[in-house]
Amino acid sequence: MIYVNKLFDRRLGLFVVLTWVLVGCSANEPAFDESFQRELQTRLLDAKPGEIIEIPSGRYSLNRSLSLRVSGVTIRGAGMNETVLSFKGQTVGAEGLLVNASDFTLENLAIEDTRGDAVKVNEGERITLRGLRVEWTGGPSTSNGAYGLYPVRTRQVLIEDCLVIGASDAGIYVGQSEDIVVRRNTARLNVAGIEIENSRRADVYDNIATENTGGVLVFNMPNLPQRGAGTRVFRNKIYGNNTANFGAKGTPVASIPAGSGVVINSNDQVEIFDNEFTDNATAHVIISSYFSTGYMTEKGVADIFDPYPEAIHVHGNRYSGGGDAPDGLDLKALKLAVFGLGGRFPPVLWDGYVDSKKTRGGKLPDDLAICVRDAGPVLNADGPGKYRNPRVSTAEYDCRLAPLPPVELSL
Amino acid sequence: MTPVGSSRPVRLLILLMGLSMLAACARGPSSPVFHDSTDPETLAEWGVFTLQEGRLIPREGVVDYELNTPLFSDYAHKLRTVWMPSGTQARYSAEGSFEFPVGTLITKTFYYPLVAEGDPARVLRTSQAQGLESGGRLVLDQVRLIETRLLVRRASGWAASTYVWDEAQRTARLERTGTVRALRLVSETHGVEQVDFDYVVPDVNQCAGCHATDVKRGSLSPIGLKARHLNREHDLGEGKGRANQLEHWIRSGRLSGPEGRDLNPAALPRAAAWDDTQAPLEARARAYLDINCGHCHNRQGPADTSGLSLDASETSPVALGVCKSPIAAGRGTGDRRFGLVPGQPDESITVYRMASTDPGAMMPELGRALAHDEGVALIRRWIAEWPGAKGCDQLTSNSARHSASASRLSRSQG
Repeated sequence: MIYVNKLFDRRLGLFVVLTWVLVGCSANEPAFDESFQRELQTRLLDAKPGEIIEIPSGRYSLNRSLSLRVSGVTIRGAGMNETVLSFKGQTVGAEGLLVNASDFTLENLAIEDTRGDAVKVNEGERITLRGLRVEWTGGPSTSNGAYGLYPVRTRQVLIEDCLVIGASDAGIYVGQSEDIVVRRNTARLNVAGIEIENSRRADVYDNIATENTGGVLVFNMPNLPQRGAGTRVFRNKIYGNNTANFGAKGTPVASIPAGSGVVINSNDQVEIFDNEFTDNATAHVIISSYFSTGYMTEKGVADIFDPYPEAIHVHGNRYSGGGDAPDGLDLKALKLAVFGLGGRFPPVLWDGYVDSKKTRGGKLPDDLAICVRDAGPVLNADGPGKYRNPRVSTAEYDCRLAPLPPVELSL
Repeated sequence: MTPVGSSRPVRLLILLMGLSMLAACARGPSSPVFHDSTDPETLAEWGVFTLQEGRLIPREGVVDYELNTPLFSDYAHKLRTVWMPSGTQARYSAEGSFEFPVGTLITKTFYYPLVAEGDPARVLRTSQAQGLESGGRLVLDQVRLIETRLLVRRASGWAASTYVWDEAQRTARLERTGTVRALRLVSETHGVEQVDFDYVVPDVNQCAGCHATDVKRGSLSPIGLKARHLNREHDLGEGKGRANQLEHWIRSGRLSGPEGRDLNPAALPRAAAWDDTQAPLEARARAYLDINCGHCHNRQGPADTSGLSLDASETSPVALGVCKSPIAAGRGTGDRRFGLVPGQPDESITVYRMASTDPGAMMPELGRALAHDEGVALIRRWIAEWPGAKGCDQLTSNSARHSASASRLSRSQG
């Protein structure tokens, strides 16, 4: 069945869109569907720019990863509960779908139970992931695939209206990318719900992050060509992220304590505002340095890596509950020492690492400061002093940074 | 409108098409043919090989070659050939792949020696060149042919395809979406051991997964055809005996010589043979990582996202993984914390991923279903015998460099 539509595209001008409608075998067919797999992969190989590949309702079982290397292609299902690609019996490939192309849209379908990442887009511009469900159906497990939606080294990225469940690393993970919008998604039961890593200019808003180990992460990792900065996290609902950490040791997210709302690590110019934080049992917002991950080694981190979070602006959020049952021995001891058995951490916790090369009179310059308002006192855990001298203060953090500009996409 | 479940007349049509292709294959051209825009349905139409006297034989002008250290592919043996249009020459490069003229055909035939004649399901795990005769001739009743992969240099660049052999070993057909062959690999070194596995023929995009060594450009290139891999002795066939392959190519005019340099092979780049016990361990390990990992793990490759760079030109210990935490390994870490922990192979992620056969954890990600025991052992030894201080000392602040103890604001990790 082939539909030919004429569409106008502002980049490519008037052109013909071939809409291939894949007609699969009978719906709810659990057995591996070789003919569907071949046909879909053939479509991906033969795709022309502007083509829309439609996959109708149905449950399709695949055992090898799919890949696309042609730019300008849209893959579209009939809905995140209607079109399901199941990789439960996958034997080949480190992801469900690997894309190395620009002007790519994937929308309205589900990808289940991949052995590795569900969708990886490596290098590309103008990437849209919309209305997708990614799920590891057995619930949280270390043997689940690592990432749900994983654009890396991409520019102009939109991830919206997706649902990601069960990733053993990050549900939505944007790495080493630029100009990113992540909105209206739900991330549940992942180690990290949403993670922005070594990326520049990201807006994360109107999402729900719940039942993850950590809700939203803004990280910088060493030894990569691009350092990230400029992420806004706002208008999200971040609640009850208390699932025990099920990440494999050695991954950056394995260092995240269960019960974390937002975790900033070694990243700069991060603005966290107008979010609703509820019942994150360690802390709603953690501001930390690479030293606190446990992965800082002399041999293994390039000298040029800057492990200090700077220009962090946390304001206008609403907090309730949480901070009452921190994860990990260090944090439990810290809470007991500072707030007592029945006490709780304040909403915002900072590990206390400061780049002494940049301080004047013990303070960071105004434009690099950590500013926290509307959150009560901030706990400085005194990581550099091995937690011997933790202290709380409101006034020290009562400052303002210029608002970060919104991310503008031209998709 | 034709749904996929195809009706009977369609099947009949496909059958007829298949028969006509068979006929085409049986004819085939008598010398190599450059198809400049599309891949024909059968390997025979490329004219690179002939099937005669129970053998697969490279045609005249088709040169077989071998590499110092090859990519591991489930213990498959590989017959490699290159053919260039007459009167053309490849251009030498000291580090990168040679520049080949438009029209060049490179093939790699994956095959296994058979355990017993007439039993194609059981193939032999051996490093002996059984079934291979001088001149790159394969004796068909001694080997199981799986697939012949082909790289063709078109005007637009390199294009990859693969042709899968039928069980009769008469025809190899174009297979664009990949497929699987169930094999039983038999080892006779320590008694008889056998393992069943699915040999995976890649799809066309997966070819690019390795051969697009520069992820930004996305264009394909050959991997093995570099000076350091080719600089070795090889049986030239036709009774010409053994000679240095690189030198022979240059002297015979197939390859432009390195400019302003001595043609003495000893002065040209040379990768160690990974299994040459006379060669230094470091050189063997680096050669192994170069050919098995370096096509993705280089500073322009698809795995540059990891910060791990394993090609021959890499000199930074961190980039080789020393005490480096992974970026996006997920559960591929195997609960280990760093890529390469000096002196401690069991703590090194690289070893874990090489030894894994889980698609979500193993490295390379494609091209093998089995672990390469001997390769893993080599890398283990390389790490175990790492010179200098062992382990990865953790830092808790810049002022506390060399501090071994650590506390951290993170969950306890045992």
